[in-house]
Amino acid sequence: MSFSKLTRRGLMKTGAAASAGLTLPTYLRADGHSGFTNAPTGSTVTLGFNVPQSGPYADEGADELRAYELAVEHLNGGGDGGLMNTFSSKALQGNGILGKKVEYVTGDTQTKSDAARASAKSMIEKDGAVMITGGSSSGVAVAVQALCQEAGVIFMAGLTHSNDTTGKDKRANGFRHFFNSYMSGAALAPVLANAYGTDRKAYHLTADYNWGYTTEEAVRSSTEAMGWETVNAVKTPLTQTDFSAYIAPVLQSGADTLVLNHYGGNMVNSLTNAVQFGLRDKQVNGKDFQIVVPLYSRLMAKGAGANVKGIFGSTNWHWSLTDEGSKAFVKSFGTKYGFPPSQAAHTCYVQALLYADAVERAGSFNPCAVVEALEDFEFDGMGNGPTLYRGADHQCFKDVLVVKGKENPESEFDLLEIVEVTPVEQVTYDPDHPQMAGGSLGTCNPGA
Amino acid sequence: MDAIILQILNGLDKGSAYALIALGLTLIFGTLGVVNFAHGALFMIGAFCAVTFSKFLTLSHTVIDENKTDFLGNPAKIEVPYIYDLFGQATGDAIIDWAVPLSLIVSIPVMVGIGFIMERGLIKHFYKRPHADQILVTFGLAIVLQEVIKYYYGANPIPTPAPDAFRGSFDFGAMMGFDPNTIIYPYWRLVYFAFAAVIIGAVFAFLQFTTFGMVVRAGMADRETVGLLGINIDKRFTIMFGIAAAVAGLAGVMYAPINSPNYHMGMDFLVLSFVVVVVGGMGSLPGAVLAGFLLGILESFASMAVVLELIPGINQVIIYLVAIIILLTRPRGLMGRKGVMEE
Repeated sequence: MSFSKLTRRGLMKTGAAASAGLTLPTYLRADGHSGFTNAPTGSTVTLGFNVPQSGPYADEGADELRAYELAVEHLNGGGDGGLMNTFSSKALQGNGILGKKVEYVTGDTQTKSDAARASAKSMIEKDGAVMITGGSSSGVAVAVQALCQEAGVIFMAGLTHSNDTTGKDKRANGFRHFFNSYMSGAALAPVLANAYGTDRKAYHLTADYNWGYTTEEAVRSSTEAMGWETVNAVKTPLTQTDFSAYIAPVLQSGADTLVLNHYGGNMVNSLTNAVQFGLRDKQVNGKDFQIVVPLYSRLMAKGAGANVKGIFGSTNWHWSLTDEGSKAFVKSFGTKYGFPPSQAAHTCYVQALLYADAVERAGSFNPCAVVEALEDFEFDGMGNGPTLYRGADHQCFKDVLVVKGKENPESEFDLLEIVEVTPVEQVTYDPDHPQMAGGSLGTCNPGA
Repeated sequence: MDAIILQILNGLDKGSAYALIALGLTLIFGTLGVVNFAHGALFMIGAFCAVTFSKFLTLSHTVIDENKTDFLGNPAKIEVPYIYDLFGQATGDAIIDWAVPLSLIVSIPVMVGIGFIMERGLIKHFYKRPHADQILVTFGLAIVLQEVIKYYYGANPIPTPAPDAFRGSFDFGAMMGFDPNTIIYPYWRLVYFAFAAVIIGAVFAFLQFTTFGMVVRAGMADRETVGLLGINIDKRFTIMFGIAAAVAGLAGVMYAPINSPNYHMGMDFLVLSFVVVVVGGMGSLPGAVLAGFLLGILESFASMAVVLELIPGINQVIIYLVAIIILLTRPRGLMGRKGVMEE
């Protein structure tokens, strides 16, 4: 038996080589191509689309699924290519991802955190999904993001607006393209001040859960900075269907503006109830009474019918945008399905393409390689103007749309009109902003 | 004072819905002895009768308008309701505007029919089974019905507005000498309350002043003896099931403008309505109505900001808290009869 002699010089050489190797970007290292959860081995790669297929957000989930199916078609070289034609990165070639044909499995979040985690877990463990994406609720996004972090797969969030998703609950393996509560407040406040003045008394009705709290905080701080006074803020149960008991006291409070920090069915019902009570026909403090809905969704606005007319809110994207990316996506989606896409569909489609592009640029499906490729990635042509995926919190920074319920809609899809495209600079904040305080990204987890 | 009046008003319309659903539940329990967890689904189907009738009135044919474009830039397809062709645009719009009240006419036979099919097709097979079996089968039926509705109508709420004449709100404050706008109440909710009062009155009058009602009441008291008298009580009870279904359905039709109907609305009301029935006293019709209004008003008071500041979260538990207290202190409920659900 013989032992090789380890000399001082040899040790230094080996150490230098190892150091050089370690300083390489993760995705250029040999282990970037193996040793991670669900590393694709055959000619296909499986993505997991975790969307609400049942429950109150099932229609939004169905639109997300349509968008994902369209994205898969485009990634595999089918259809007209959609946003791949306008995307500033040209890494995607229409031959799948890294030459592997894209396949997908779906899960039903039911808009319940435990069900969403179970379906994501199943897609990762049984179906071999290398990335999980989708969802229509912040509670679900936070829960699934944490699961993906533990499992060592990438999570590309769907529709989630709470600050916490990329604030106190951010994770290294999770990324959000959708905007957030802070951005809504920052975009809305100047428009509201311009339309309704700086001397307003606001009454907030807030859905009693995580998203409601962060939205109330964001809108309150932004409007109060403009000179508005908040006279009251009342939490309403998430399961509430009739808001009359909460709306009736609003006029007695001396408020002249009602802010409905509600989404989905809550928003439809509270807005309908507020309009029924004739709030918008009243004059308080010598001013016309106004209602504000911080987060609009066209699909949800449809449920409120004519009640949305003239009411301000914010949205991540709208099909009536005229930039090349939006036009390409609306054409692609509209031709395939016969109606324009929702903002949920848009963000999900974009997230799927951004993931695929990051893998192509990284040259690996390794989650840590994908994280490096996405962090501080700047892109354009996806419908929101120049966009940055900030490395510090994995939040996309882009322009925000302030919209208003359209007075004279020309079709069933024509419910909102864009009032202002708020520039990204106005909605950008420091990663350690108080509204995002707490939590840390941690380090990426490649899993197995 | 004005805040108290306001919350009483609020409680009245919510209580109206609870009372109407609970009335039907109690009718079914009192006559057939069945705990019907599908009753909330009947309320939901009633609301969707209004939705369907509105859609029927707006059935359209397509006209291409070359001067307008759709979202893809193609010539716009304009939907023109057939009713315009039949009656002209002005009359057609007026009929469409009154779709919800008009749908009451259609929904009565539809709901009676659904109630009849439900009772003859499924529930009658469970009369002699334990209450647990009845609850399981009717709860399962409720889920099936709501999934069917979701399949055809989607998961999103569908706006079903009240006629324009009932939009806006009535200023009770100004009428009662308070400051204007302190006590306002939507016209349609007042209509709903009046409607509920009429329906409840009609059901009571039917049971109290008709021979049919007398037999049904006798059957509720002692089914066996009435049967021994040669009266086909089962047939009458089946008709009562149909009537109970119609009451729940009509409550749903008129509720459609208050909250846009969605497939889940029946479940939202069902649990609360059962609490109403238990608090009112199983099998007691006046108890169901009394408890419906009482709990509706209590729920409204519990939602007041000042109350929530004192006891956070009370709005979410008040009804169940009252139910616990009532069941502990008066197990038969407010107006329950001795022997019902006590064996």
